[in-house]
Amino acid sequence: MADNPVFARIEGEIAANPVVLYMKGTPVFPQCGFSARVVQILSHVGVPFRGVNVLEDMELREGIKAFSNWPTIPQLYVKGEFVGGCDIIMEMFQAGELQQLLQEKGIATAAEA
Amino acid sequence: MAMSSAEIEALIKSALPDAEVTIEDLAGDGDHYAATVISEAFRGKSRVQQHQLVYAALQGRMGGALHALALQTSAPA
Repeated sequence: MADNPVFARIEGEIAANPVVLYMKGTPVFPQCGFSARVVQILSHVGVPFRGVNVLEDMELREGIKAFSNWPTIPQLYVKGEFVGGCDIIMEMFQAGELQQLLQEKGIATAAEA
Repeated sequence: MAMSSAEIEALIKSALPDAEVTIEDLAGDGDHYAATVISEAFRGKSRVQQHQLVYAALQGRMGGALHALALQTSAPA
């Protein structure tokens, strides 16, 4: 598992960026309804994030699934920690837990609720 | 490619025998489902861990044969 070369790239990316969304398409032009929904939530919360388009990179697309032990895209990482996919982000957002998590991790959001 | 809701339920129950499973076919196309799974196995686990248990029960079909399965999990109240 550790010998997958993509893992080092993912580790670097989630260490360098406080909020990373692995998604299909880009934040401006999502190419999947589930990815679009998470982009919408993050934008609504007002948190800057780095979107990584897995459709541009087959190795990454499969690698991130193995890395997170999670079979689907999108996947959200906050401060190097896997938070969840679309359903979980949605549930957390509706319960106010996402905003709380970002606050606990010291990530500034534009829309302070 | 598509899976029936009965197949999905059977796979989940084979891994989580106590699970109470409700499955809704969202689009009527046998490809977009929403499932609610309640099992004692989820108690004390994070949402990510709960969903991972269900994905493990589906034995790699999630993201493959099964395109979309919106998932809600919880332990019995």
